[in-house]
Amino acid sequence: MIEVRDTPFSPTEALKTYELNTQTGALVSFLGTVRGREGEAQIDGLYLEHYPGVTERSIEKIVSEAKARWSIFDPLVIHRVGRLSPGDPIVLVAVSAAHRRDAFEAADFVMDYLKTEALFWKKEIRGAEETWIEPRADDYKDAARWTTEE
Amino acid sequence: MAKLLFFGKLGDLAANREVDFDLPDSVSDVDALINHLATDNADLADALRHPSVRVAVNGDIVAKNSAISQNDEIAFLAPVSGG
Repeated sequence: MIEVRDTPFSPTEALKTYELNTQTGALVSFLGTVRGREGEAQIDGLYLEHYPGVTERSIEKIVSEAKARWSIFDPLVIHRVGRLSPGDPIVLVAVSAAHRRDAFEAADFVMDYLKTEALFWKKEIRGAEETWIEPRADDYKDAARWTTEE
Repeated sequence: MAKLLFFGKLGDLAANREVDFDLPDSVSDVDALINHLATDNADLADALRHPSVRVAVNGDIVAKNSAISQNDEIAFLAPVSGG
C-alpha cells in the first residue's frame, strides 16, 4: 500500500494494520521523523510539497522494482506532505518477507529511492525564514549501491 | 493552453507555482520554452536550465529537448528532497 497524505499518521497504528500472512518470517520497518535541530540551528518545522498523482506513480514504480528484485510481500509506504513539526513522522516504510535479508535490503532500497528520486520537495522553516533543502551527497552514494551491486 | 508547474525552489522564482500558458508557435520543445520564459524572467530561466532541474511532460520525466504541444502539462522539478 502506498499513501501520500497531508494529515498526521500514527506509525504504530499503521504497522498494526499492515497484514502479515502465514508465510511472513520477517518484518522490517523504517520511520523517518522531523529533526528539531540541524547542526547549531533550531528548526521550527518543515513543509513538504509533491506532484499529486505523479509522485504516487513514481513510488509505485520503485515498489514494483523492489518486488521484482527481492522476495517480499506488498510493502507499506506512507509519506507526509504539508506542514510538519519537530518529532512528527514523515515517512514509514514497512516490508515483510519470508526471510530477513530480503526484507532489510528491499526496505533500504525503497528508502534510498525516496531520498534521491521520489518527487518530494522539503522546505525548512526557522521563524520567518524558509529554505528549500538540497539533497545530501551521502544520499546519492547510498542510492548508487543498488546499481553497482547485484 | 499548456499548463506550467514549478516545484521546490523554482516556485519561488516563478510568479506563480502554477501557470496556464499559451505556447507560441515558435516554441516546440522544452529548451525553446525556457528561452521564451527568459524574456520575462531571466533568473527563472537560468534556474530552469541548470542540469539538476528535471522536466516532466504529462507526468513523464523527459529530456529538455523533448517536444511539447498545446494542452501539455509541463512540470519543472527542482532537485528533490523527500524521505
